[in-house]
Amino acid sequence: MTSATLPLALSTPMTPPMTATPLPLAVSTAGLTKRFGSRTVVTDLALAVPTGAVYGFLGPNGSGKTTTIRMLLGLVTPTAGTREVLGHPIPDAADQALHRVGALVEGPAFHPYLSGRANLARLDAADRHTDPATAKARIDAALDRVGLLAAATKRYRAYSLGMRQRLAIAGALLTPRDLLVLDEPTNGLDPQGTREVRSLVGSLAADGTTVLVSSHLLSEVEQMCTHLGVMREGQLVAEGTVAEIRGKSRPVCRVLTSQPDAAADVLRGLGLAEVTSQTGEAHGIPGEVAPEAIVAALVGAGVPVAGFTVTSASLEDLFVALTGEGFDVSG
Amino acid sequence: MSVAEGLDQAAVAPSAAASGTATGLASGPAYRPKPFSTRLFRSEMALIGGRRRNQMGLLVLAAMPIIMAIATKLTASDHRRGGDLMSSMTTNGLFVPLAAFMVEMTMFLPLAIAMLSGDSIAGEANLGTLRYLLTVPVSRTRLLAVKFASLCAGAFWGVLTVAIPGAIIGIALFGFGPMPTLSGSTLSAGEAVGRLVLVCLYLTAGLSALAAVGLFISTLTEQPIGASVAVMIVTIVSWILVGVPQLSWLHPWLLVDHWMAFQEFLRDPIAWDAPLAGLRLFALYAVVFWTLAWARFSGKDVTS
Repeated sequence: MTSATLPLALSTPMTPPMTATPLPLAVSTAGLTKRFGSRTVVTDLALAVPTGAVYGFLGPNGSGKTTTIRMLLGLVTPTAGTREVLGHPIPDAADQALHRVGALVEGPAFHPYLSGRANLARLDAADRHTDPATAKARIDAALDRVGLLAAATKRYRAYSLGMRQRLAIAGALLTPRDLLVLDEPTNGLDPQGTREVRSLVGSLAADGTTVLVSSHLLSEVEQMCTHLGVMREGQLVAEGTVAEIRGKSRPVCRVLTSQPDAAADVLRGLGLAEVTSQTGEAHGIPGEVAPEAIVAALVGAGVPVAGFTVTSASLEDLFVALTGEGFDVSG
Repeated sequence: MSVAEGLDQAAVAPSAAASGTATGLASGPAYRPKPFSTRLFRSEMALIGGRRRNQMGLLVLAAMPIIMAIATKLTASDHRRGGDLMSSMTTNGLFVPLAAFMVEMTMFLPLAIAMLSGDSIAGEANLGTLRYLLTVPVSRTRLLAVKFASLCAGAFWGVLTVAIPGAIIGIALFGFGPMPTLSGSTLSAGEAVGRLVLVCLYLTAGLSALAAVGLFISTLTEQPIGASVAVMIVTIVSWILVGVPQLSWLHPWLLVDHWMAFQEFLRDPIAWDAPLAGLRLFALYAVVFWTLAWARFSGKDVTS
C-alpha cells in the first residue's frame, strides 16, 4: 500500500486520510470522456475541485453531470481519461478513496420493507472500515443530524419524499467523510429541511470536508458554494471560484431620470463604460467607480434622479448565458 | 514508520475531533478493518429472512411434507413397505422428508433458489440500492462472493425447512427406529439420521450450483422477476431434456439429472459413484457460473 509518489504520511496502511499534508484537489479528472454507444455524454472533462471547497456542479438536464458523478464514484467506467478522488486513482485505489466519500446520487434508494434505521445499519454493515461497536451510536447521530430520529423505526416505504431524502443524507454521514458528493440534496425538502441542509453543508465545509453539490436551485448554490463548475453538453464551460465566474458578468448601473441624456453625459464624464440612454433611464458599467460617487455627481450636476440601482446579473442569467437559452434537452 | 504514525496520530486527533463535531460523532482512534468480516453476510441473511415473500415460501416448503405425511397416514391401510420412497413412508418417519425431497426438488426448491437469485443483484439494481452498496465501498468481487454465500445459505435453509418439519411429522405419525434401506438391510436410528444429514448437504450443494447460474443471470438484468423466470426456465428445460432418451449424452451435464442421486445415500453401503459425480458437476457449475457472473459484473456500468 505504499506509493512512491505520495508522501510517507499518506501511504501507511492504517492512515485515516486527513493527514498532516492535505491534498490541493479533492477531485481531479483529466480528459474524462464517456460514450454510450454512439452518443458522447461527457467530453474531455478536466474537473478540479479544491480541498475544502463547496463546489457547485451545475448544468442543464442531460449535460452529463450525473454521469460524471457516477464515474467519480467508480460506478461507470469512462471511455477515456483518468480520475482521482482524494488523491487516489479510481478504480485502482477506489477502496481507499470511497470509504471517505459520502454520496447521494440520483435520489434516495433503500429497501422498502426495512425501517430507516435498518437500512442505515445495512449500509454500515457493508462498510469494512467502520467499527461495529460504534454502529448504533453513529447511526443515531446521523439520524439525529438530519432530524429523522423519531421516524427511524418506520418502514422506508412509509416515508415521504423529504424523509427519504433526509435518510439518504444520513447514509452519507454514517462515518466521518473527507468528501461529500450530493446530487440534488434539497430535492423534496421543506424550507426547514433546506435550511438545515445548507447549514449542514456549511458546518462540514468549515471542518475541512469538501462538498460537491449538484443542484438546479441557483439561489441555494449562490448561498452555499465557494466554487462553481458549469457543464453544457458534456463539457465544462466554466469553472472557478464564484467571484471568478461572477466576474465574467459586470454590474450594471441604472439611473431612472426624466433627463436621460444629461445623466448619460455625467456617467461618461465619470468614466463609466458602455453608457446608453433610453426614455426615462440611463445605463452604464461603473467598473471601479463607486456608486456613491456616481449619485453625488448626478445630484451635483442637477440631474433629477428618480431611482438608482447597481445590479449584477443573477446566477440564473449567468447560467443561461453559459448553457444556452434552449429548453430542449441536448440528447 | 513510527514517524509517519506519529504524524498521523497528531493529524488525526484534531481533524477527527473536528469532523466529529460536525457530524455529532465521537470518533476515537482509527478503526483497523478486520481481514474477514461477516457483517455484510449477516445483513444479507437478515434481508432474505425478513422478506415476507420468502417467509411464505418457507411455509410452502414446510407444508409439503406435512401434507404428504398426513395424506399417507389417512389413506394407507397396508403397512407393508413398498419398493420406493413414497410407499416407504409408513415404515419409518424419516422417509417423510426424503419423499418430500423427491417432490420438492422438481419445482419448489428450484423456485425458491430462482426467487433468491433474482433478488441478489437484479433486485438490488431494480431498487436502486446497488449503487449505494457499491459506493460504500463494497468491491464487486466481494459483493458477488457474499451474495453467492447467502444464496448457498438460503439453499441450506430451504432444504432444512423441508427436512426438519418432515422429520418431525414423520416421527410423530409413523414412528422412529431402525430404518430399512433400499438395498434391503436395516440402519440404526442414529445412522438413519446421519444419512438424512448427508442427503441435506448433497441437495444443498445441488441447489447451490443452480444458485450460481441464477447469480449469473441476475447480473445480466435489472428485473428480478425476469431473472427468476429465466432460472425456472433453465430448470424446466433441464427436466424436459433429462426425459428425452435420445439426448442421453447430455444428461450427465444437466444439474437436475444428478439431484435425484440423493437416493444413493439410502443404500447400505452408500453408493458413492453417483453422488460424487454429482458433486463434481455441482462444483463445476458453481465455479464456471460464478466466474461468468464476476466477468460480467466487474466491467458493467451501473446506471441503475
